[in-house]
Amino acid sequence: MRDVPLWREPVPPDGTTMGEPEARGRFGEYGGRYAPESLVEACREVEEAFRQAWADPGFRGALARLLALHAGRPTPLTPAERLSQALGVRLYLKREDLTHTGSHKINNVLGQALLAARMGRRRLIAETGAGQHGVATATAAALLGLEATVFMGERDIERQALNVFRMRMLGAEVVPVTTGSRTLKDATSQAMRHWVGATGDSHYCIGSVVGPDPYPWMVREFQRVIGEEARGQCAAELRTGVPDHVVACVGGGSNAAGTFAGFADTPARLVGVEAQGGAGAARGRLGVLHGCRSLFLQDDEGQITQAHSIAAGLDYPGVGPEHAHLRDLGRARYVTVTDEEAVGAAVRLARTEGIVPALESAHALAWVIRAAGDGELPAGSTVLMTLSGRGDKDVSTLKELL
Amino acid sequence: MTNPTPGPTPAAGTVERHLRARRGTGRGLLMPYLTAGITPGWTDYLRAFAAAGADAIEVGLPFSDPTLDGVTIQQAGETALARGASTRRILADLSAMPDPGVPLVVSTYYNLVLHDGPEAFCAALRRAGVAGLIVPDLPVHEAGELTDAAAGAGIELVLLASPATPQPRLAEISSRSRGFVYAVSLMGTTGERAALAASAAGLTGRIRRVTDRPVLLGFGISTPDQAREARRHADGVVVGAAVMRRVLDGAGPDDLRVFLATLRRALDAGSQPGV
Ligand SMILES: Cc1ncc(COP(=O)(O)O)c(C=O)c1O
Repeated sequence: MRDVPLWREPVPPDGTTMGEPEARGRFGEYGGRYAPESLVEACREVEEAFRQAWADPGFRGALARLLALHAGRPTPLTPAERLSQALGVRLYLKREDLTHTGSHKINNVLGQALLAARMGRRRLIAETGAGQHGVATATAAALLGLEATVFMGERDIERQALNVFRMRMLGAEVVPVTTGSRTLKDATSQAMRHWVGATGDSHYCIGSVVGPDPYPWMVREFQRVIGEEARGQCAAELRTGVPDHVVACVGGGSNAAGTFAGFADTPARLVGVEAQGGAGAARGRLGVLHGCRSLFLQDDEGQITQAHSIAAGLDYPGVGPEHAHLRDLGRARYVTVTDEEAVGAAVRLARTEGIVPALESAHALAWVIRAAGDGELPAGSTVLMTLSGRGDKDVSTLKELL
Repeated sequence: MTNPTPGPTPAAGTVERHLRARRGTGRGLLMPYLTAGITPGWTDYLRAFAAAGADAIEVGLPFSDPTLDGVTIQQAGETALARGASTRRILADLSAMPDPGVPLVVSTYYNLVLHDGPEAFCAALRRAGVAGLIVPDLPVHEAGELTDAAAGAGIELVLLASPATPQPRLAEISSRSRGFVYAVSLMGTTGERAALAASAAGLTGRIRRVTDRPVLLGFGISTPDQAREARRHADGVVVGAAVMRRVLDGAGPDDLRVFLATLRRALDAGSQPGV
């Protein structure tokens, strides 16, 4: 028997869920700024600059222009006709795979790169797992005339070789990380260490809704564009205006946070889908890592354990603090799918809709397929799913499996 | 409110009383660091450190993700964890060890403190004979819950100050820190350096303006010459990576006693701050 948690009714929308965090960067008991003293001032400067920029129509306008002219926004909302028919639900895909560079990561990076330039920084530092955030960072840096240094685990460098080449072609420096599990967690640690010695001229461009305050909030705000566009598109497209379910995959949780933000004040049920081997929200326990208090996979002694996922972008042992809070509130639910289910979903989407999704995004779809099959998604319900990225980067992984 | 006028702290604990007394004799303070659990008989190093003239000893609990440590201490932590080191076993080893005669100050990342909760963690430290605690990823504005738990258990929570810390915050850190103020000499991670960072003098000078608590300079201090120079700015030094590189290279407790004795002599010969 699969363990299907009880479906709690969504907390009635109160208009403040997914607004500004509480004092000291808190989402309930999670979040905060657990940074070494040497980074506290740098975090404060990022927060101050972000608050000013976000309230400045000039900054908003410049970002909107970049998102439209460089990244290709708005992205379409595509009804998945044949798959919907087979599943007995009405599935709509928010097509972040169609953005320039091929994933939602570009939304956040263009925001942070503009902010860094406004702060007078000349270089971006980033960590990357799948390489999508690294490619997006390298792209934004090239566009704005900044330098970029990207930290990437050795294991991910092997399995995402194409993205490594893309970053270098875009002029970024890619630094292999050889410690620990040699994946995203260790790349993040190394990027933070590097930032401690480079706060004067460099901005740390974190790629998900993790890290010390203000990052979880700031990155969610830069990704909110996904949810806001989708909200408007659903209003135009659906008879009910709002979908019954809103689904997204969760690594650190940025595409999910951006998507959920557009629907937090509606009755839509929010579902975050984690990799079975990287289920911070579903299986983590309270801890502090990489600057924030949240849920992390740990052993009995409090050591962080390694995540395992076929999708490099979900290979992170924790989850952003706001997701931990949404889980506690019951406003969102977090479920897991296996590598096999994700690969199966990727193939199915390719053959029914002509779209090869990123393996990360395929996790979200795998849950939709499973839930439609076992009745958790009642026949006829409407489902909005964020397709966070395209599968080009994963073809060599898939080629070995199929 | 912070009190900018230097004055003795009435409620000083073991670490602070001990360091103040030693400072009072005109001696430069030496706090070597050891990654706990690094070898089967790792507590022998602590005895050797005390014999070499350490004034306090920093005992690092290894953590899977040491985000403020450079390669040497990262490697030491990985080695200890691979040997099966854990908070529980390390504290059991400390409990079983004869009193080294100098205060033990545990350092670790906040995740390990939160694991059993701050109260239980501090109580366990106390039972193992530990007097102080350093948590490098717990800045002063997040330290409330641990401050209370530590005070309740009689553990002195040492706060860190950095060259990037603005002056008003430095005053708050200096007033809320217990035991001593840990002055991070440079904007970087732990690890040996060729020279004492230029930022060290400015930081210690700014700390001295707001407190008379002992101030120890750490991060990068690797040689007797650097220790002597650091002594001109601070009450003493913390030496970590230079110790752990030797341990990782196979040096035993006796070798470390000889190395630390060279630092001891350098600190004894060095002039006092501001003199
Ligand atoms: C296509 C894609 N989707 C999802 C993720 C996971 O990140 P997040 O949970 O922050 O959206 C990544 C990360 O690399 C990704 O590349």
